[in-house]
Amino acid sequence: MAVFLQTMVAGLLIGGIYSLIGIGMTLIMGVMGIINLTHGQLMMVAMYVAFVLFEWLALDPYVSLLVAMPALFILGGLIQRYTLNPLIKVDSILPQNQVLMTVGVGTVLTEIARFIFSSNYKSVKTSYSSSAFFLGSISFNLPMCIAFGVAVIFTGALFWFLLKTDTGRAIRATAQDREAATLMGVNSERITVITFGLGAALVAAAGCLLLPIFYLYPDLGRPFTLKAFVITILGGMGSTVGAIFGGLVLGIAESLGATYIGMGYKEMVGFVIFVLVLIFLPGGLKQLTKI
Amino acid sequence: MPLLELKKVFKAFGGLMAVNDVSFQVDKGEIFGLIGPNGSGKTTIFNCICQFFPITSGDIIFNGQSIKGLKTHQICQAGIGRTFQVVKPLARMTVRDNVTASAFCRVNGIREAQYEADKILEYCHLDMSSAKPAKSLPIAGRKRLEIARALATRPTLLLLDETAAGLNPTEVDEAIALIKRIRDDGITILIVEHIMKVIMTISDRIHAINFGQTIAQGTPQETANNQAVIEAYLGEDYA
Amino acid sequence: MVAHRLLWGLVGLFFIAFPIIVPSDYYQHLIIIVLMWVVIGSSWNLLAGFTGQISFGHAIFFGVGAYTAGIFATKLGISAWWGLACGGIASMAVALFVGWVCFRLRGPYFALATLAGGEIFRLLATNWESLTEGMVGILIIQTFRSKLPYYYIALGLALTCVLSIHFVMKSKWGYYFVSIREDQDTAEAMGIDTALYKNISLLISAFFTGTAGAFYMNYMGFIDPEVVFHLNYISIMAILVAIVGGAATIWGPAVGAFVMVLVQETFRSAFFGLAPKWVSQGHALVFGLLVIFVIMYLSNGIVGDWRKIKGIFSRAA
Repeated sequence: MAVFLQTMVAGLLIGGIYSLIGIGMTLIMGVMGIINLTHGQLMMVAMYVAFVLFEWLALDPYVSLLVAMPALFILGGLIQRYTLNPLIKVDSILPQNQVLMTVGVGTVLTEIARFIFSSNYKSVKTSYSSSAFFLGSISFNLPMCIAFGVAVIFTGALFWFLLKTDTGRAIRATAQDREAATLMGVNSERITVITFGLGAALVAAAGCLLLPIFYLYPDLGRPFTLKAFVITILGGMGSTVGAIFGGLVLGIAESLGATYIGMGYKEMVGFVIFVLVLIFLPGGLKQLTKI
Repeated sequence: MPLLELKKVFKAFGGLMAVNDVSFQVDKGEIFGLIGPNGSGKTTIFNCICQFFPITSGDIIFNGQSIKGLKTHQICQAGIGRTFQVVKPLARMTVRDNVTASAFCRVNGIREAQYEADKILEYCHLDMSSAKPAKSLPIAGRKRLEIARALATRPTLLLLDETAAGLNPTEVDEAIALIKRIRDDGITILIVEHIMKVIMTISDRIHAINFGQTIAQGTPQETANNQAVIEAYLGEDYA
Repeated sequence: MVAHRLLWGLVGLFFIAFPIIVPSDYYQHLIIIVLMWVVIGSSWNLLAGFTGQISFGHAIFFGVGAYTAGIFATKLGISAWWGLACGGIASMAVALFVGWVCFRLRGPYFALATLAGGEIFRLLATNWESLTEGMVGILIIQTFRSKLPYYYIALGLALTCVLSIHFVMKSKWGYYFVSIREDQDTAEAMGIDTALYKNISLLISAFFTGTAGAFYMNYMGFIDPEVVFHLNYISIMAILVAIVGGAATIWGPAVGAFVMVLVQETFRSAFFGLAPKWVSQGHALVFGLLVIFVIMYLSNGIVGDWRKIKGIFSRAA
C-alpha cells in the first residue's frame, strides 16, 4: 500500500510539471492548428540556459526561470515568425509542411546544443536537490514539490491571462475561428507569434523546474516532445484544462508503469495510452465532459 | 412503389434536432423539389440519405430496400448519385480524370472508363475543358462537373444540392435545360434549391421544410400559395 | 523525344554497369544505399503523395522487415534471405493493424499516430529482448563478400518498386488513390470504398518498405532498434526523399534519394575527406537545416518545381 501511495505521489508531482509542458503545446495547437514537434527541444534549450547561468553565476535554476522564460519567449516568437508563418501561404501537395518544419528546427536546436555542450550528461546539483520531507512513510521530493507548486502558480497565471486580458482574449478568439478574429481586428499573424512565444516560455519554466531533478543532454528534447503531444491528445487538442488532467494522468500512469511493470516500459506507457485514446476517445478527456 | 421513401426521419446533433419527423416519397421519373430557407435542414436530409452520418430514427427506403445502415460508397453503388452544395472538385486532377474516376463505379478498365467520361463530358458541355485541372473551372463549370461526376456512376436517383446557386441568369437557364434532359433520359431527380425560378419551373412536386420540419407539400402552385411557406421565406407580414 | 529516350537509356545503362565501371567498395555502397532509399521513398510517396495519407512512421515497416529477416536467422536458424521474401509480408500484416488504428484519423492526427507507432515499435524492439536481442541488436554473417550481388538485388528491387507503382497509378487504383487524396468525402460519394483503398495503398507501401528493411539486414549484417526504427533517419528521411524529389511524381523519390543520400554522405564524410573533421560531426545539423530549407523553398520537390529550378539557371527570361 505504501508503495502504491508513494508511486501515486511521485506520479502526481511529475504530472504537474508535465501539465505545464502540455499546456504550452496545446495552446500552440489550438491557435495555429499545428503540431509543434520541437516543443521538447525548446525546453532543452531553456535548461541549458539555466545550466550556464548556474555554472557561471551560481544562479539557482528557479531564479534562472526569470531569464529563461523571456529568452525562450523571444526564441519561440522568432521561430514562428521566420520559419512557420511563411508556410501558411504556401500551397503544396503535402499539408504537413509546418509539422515537418518544426522537426527540422528541433533537429537544428539539438545539434547546436550538442556542438556547444557535447553529448555528455550534465547535472545541476543544488543544496536541496535530494532533500525530501516525509508524511508518514511517504517521501516527498522537495524540488519536485516546489516545481509542482510553481507549475500550479503558472497555470493559474496563464488562465488569468487568457481570460482577463485583451491579448488573452485575442488568442482564444484566434483559436476558435481565425478568420472571424481577423475580421474583428485581431492581427492573427502577431497572435500566432505571441502564442508560440508563450508556449515556449511555459515549457522553459517547466525545464528550469526540472533541471535539479533530471540529467541534461542534447537529446533530452525528443522524449519530452513526444510526452507533450501524448498529453495534448489525451487532454483534447486545444484544451488547456484537458492538458492539466492529461499531464497528471500521464505522470501517474508512467509512475505506475515504472513501479509495477519495469523501468524500460515507462516510456511505452505514454504511447500505449496515446494509441488507446486515439482508438476509443479521439476527442481526449475533453470529450468526456461533453457527455 | 416509390423510388425513394423517407419514413419519419429524425436527425439530432447533440441537443439540436436538425431533421424533425420528415416523411416524403419520390416517384420514379419525377423531379421532386425540396425547398426551405437557409439552415432549414435540406442539406442535412441529403447527408442522411447518403449516410454521411447515421440517422437518429426513422427509415429511408430506396427501391424497396432500407438503406439505413449502408456506407456512403455503397449508397452510390446502389444507384443514388449526389452533388454537393459547396462544390468539391478534385482540384488537382483534370476534368476528364474527375469523371473517369467516377466512371470506375460501373465499368472496369481504363479505356472504358475514359470513354464513359468523354461521353458524359460532352453531354454536360464540358468537353472543351476536359484536359484542364478542375480547379481552373469557373463556378458554372464546377457545378456541371459535379453533375457529370454523379452521372458517371449511372444513378437511378440523382440528388442535386443547390445546383443553380451562384450562377448568372444565362447559366441558370442552361442548368435548367441540363436537369430536364437528365430527367428525360430516365433519371429521377431530387433537387434542393433556393432559387424560386429553378425549382418552380422544373419540379413536379415540392416539399417545403423549415427548422427541420415539414411545412407544406404539393404541386409548385399549391406550395407557392401556402401560408406557412410564404411566412418562412418572406416573414409574417407577407403571409 | 528521341533525345529524351536516349538520355534515359544512357542513365539506365550507367546504373546497370556502375559496379563494373566503378570498382570502389565505398561508392558501390553509396549507390546501394541510394537504391534502398529509392524503394522506401517511392513507397512512402504512394501512400502520402498519391493517396494523401502522410505517414510519419514508415520506420515501422522498415524495421519490421529488417527484424523479420534477422529473427529468421537468429531464432529460426534459416537464412536471412528468406526474410527478403517474408519481410514484406510481415510488414503488410503489421500494416493492416496500423491501418485499422490510424485510418480512422485524418490529417495531423494520422501523422501523429503513425509517429507514435514508430516509437512504440522501437520501444518494443528494445525491450522484448527474448525476441529481438534488445539493444544488443542482431548480427549475421553476410552471404556475399563482394558488393556486386547486393548491388544488383538493390537495383532489381528499386526498379520493381518504381515500375509497380507506375503501373498501379495508371490503373483504376491510381485514380481512386488520388481522388481520396483530393477529397475523401467526395470520393465516398463517388462510390469509392475509401477505407478499402487507403488500406490497399498502405499494404503496397508497407510491402516494399519491409522488403527494403529485410534487404538492409542482409546487406549490412547488423541492425538494432535505434537504427531501423529511427524517427529522423528512417521515417523523416523517407518524407524528405519524396519531398525533395517531388511528391506525387513517379521519379521524384528516385531523384530525391540520390540527392539526400549524397548530401548526407558529403557532410558525414566531411566532403569525402577534403574538409576538416568537425564538418563530419555537423552532419546531423545539416540534416536539420536541409529539412528547413527544403520545406521553405522546394516544397514541390526538384521534379515538381523543375520549371522553377530551370528558370533560376536561365537568366534570359
